[in-house]
Amino acid sequence: MSTSLVMEELDLIKIRKDFPILSTTVNGKPLVYLDNAATSQKPWPVIRAIESYYTSLNSNVHRGVHYLSQKATDAYEQSRRKLATYINAAFEHEVIFTKGTTDGINLVASCFGKQFIGKGDEVIISYLEHHSNIVPWQMICEEKGASLKVIPINEKGELIMSAFDKLLNSRVKIIACSYVSNSLGTINPVREIIGKAHALGIPVLLDAAQAVQHLELDVQELDVDFLAFSGHKMYGPTGIGILYGKESWLNKLQPYQGGGDMIKTVTFEKTTYNELPFKFEAGTPNIEAAICLGNAVDYINSIGLDKIARQEEELVEYATAQLSLITGLRFIGTAENKASVVSFVIEGQHPYDVGFILDKMGIAVRTGHHCTEPLMNFFGIPGTIRASFAFYNTKAEVDILVEGVKKAITMLA
Amino acid sequence: MGIKEIQEELIDDFEFLTEWEAKYEYIIQMGKELPLIDPRYQVEANLIKGCQAQVWLHAEYKDNKVYFTADSDAIITKGLVSMVIRILSGHSPKEIMDADLFFVDRIGLREHLSVTRSNGLLSMMKQMKLYAIALHSQITGTE
Repeated sequence: MSTSLVMEELDLIKIRKDFPILSTTVNGKPLVYLDNAATSQKPWPVIRAIESYYTSLNSNVHRGVHYLSQKATDAYEQSRRKLATYINAAFEHEVIFTKGTTDGINLVASCFGKQFIGKGDEVIISYLEHHSNIVPWQMICEEKGASLKVIPINEKGELIMSAFDKLLNSRVKIIACSYVSNSLGTINPVREIIGKAHALGIPVLLDAAQAVQHLELDVQELDVDFLAFSGHKMYGPTGIGILYGKESWLNKLQPYQGGGDMIKTVTFEKTTYNELPFKFEAGTPNIEAAICLGNAVDYINSIGLDKIARQEEELVEYATAQLSLITGLRFIGTAENKASVVSFVIEGQHPYDVGFILDKMGIAVRTGHHCTEPLMNFFGIPGTIRASFAFYNTKAEVDILVEGVKKAITMLA
Repeated sequence: MGIKEIQEELIDDFEFLTEWEAKYEYIIQMGKELPLIDPRYQVEANLIKGCQAQVWLHAEYKDNKVYFTADSDAIITKGLVSMVIRILSGHSPKEIMDADLFFVDRIGLREHLSVTRSNGLLSMMKQMKLYAIALHSQITGTE
């Protein structure tokens, strides 16, 4: 399908009306929201579902026999099913509600690390990782006397797979890697990573925080062992996320948080744990957000992830073409396979200054190191200016960004 | 001129700069004019780390007056830093310690002091006051 057809495929005027915040004005100018990789905006169906939860459903889950508790529990479990279908999990109990990607990664690093990582062992991550997929592994490696190995990248911001091959050995206990880089948008060759890891019996965790909202994702087809993502980056509420784990792995892991809901029986002598997924959901969860994340999934499905992906691809292509005409602008991250992110610097200018002036023009971009300090050090820069797109963004907004960057350059020169 | 008078003067300078472009062009200009910190003071020990922009601050104490020099890797921050230096440098520790920096609100720069801006300005202002407090307690302690 030619790309020009995509714009016609999605009725952007109608879609933008679904997101009330997009009509905000900033400093007297219409908001141009290009910080979707940090968090996406929420459509009416999600916003209304949040209100509706508190006006008609609010009750604790898995606890009461009363009417509301049953209703809330049904909605909570229905949302779990929607998420399981969305990522094509084999069983819905492989889908665990967490606070977000960070929480999911910490859960695996902690539980898996406690049981399966020992002195002299190795954990592999990549140079592209967000701090949330570095620090939890560093912590467990320090605790256990294991070492962290890093897949290097080339100047385009792509993993050097020949170097990855060399890192593989019998001491490696787990590989944790992002599906899509939050700073650069690089789509990593995760199938190759998983295939090679599994050939040596090494499990793989994927940080899919920047992938689930852009790419069709099938955990069975990927054959991934663990996969974590956040609700708020996929048009859902904040404070909710998903950790997918293969049943076989989740059954092997002991829970790391104790509390209500995760137990079967408790005596002062011994507690037996509940079955999956409840074993990993100690305490009252974020019920509202968990339920409304299901509404976000419905919304994505109503638009079509394929159409979303094509629209975002087109925006990235258009933005890259337009920005490349600006003298002194250098892209950071020029991988062949990219999703939804355009990261750049202006020669001689600090990203902070450019971001500040763009904000004055109502343009929301992210500036800084994007929680990927090692990556910024690799490129020898304090940070980048990152425009990240969602399908509700328009080419007209890209034009405003381009004009904004030009104006910032003039003002700062 | 006292700290209060310098601030009044600065506020007057901004009075006619009603458009944000004009205001920030002026701030950027001030950033460019900021006397650079002596490179030997641009060291880790003098670094005030913001999440995004960094500020280096050096203080010298001479004849009961504190003289500040500073630099930043971001030009807007540098402009803001130069304003604070113009106001506080060359005053006694007591004056700096007691200074009410009302120019921030009057010029409409409050947004730069918010936590999310992380441009190091707020930390720098705190640091300058801390220098002054430390010096002041040294002086009064030895009297």
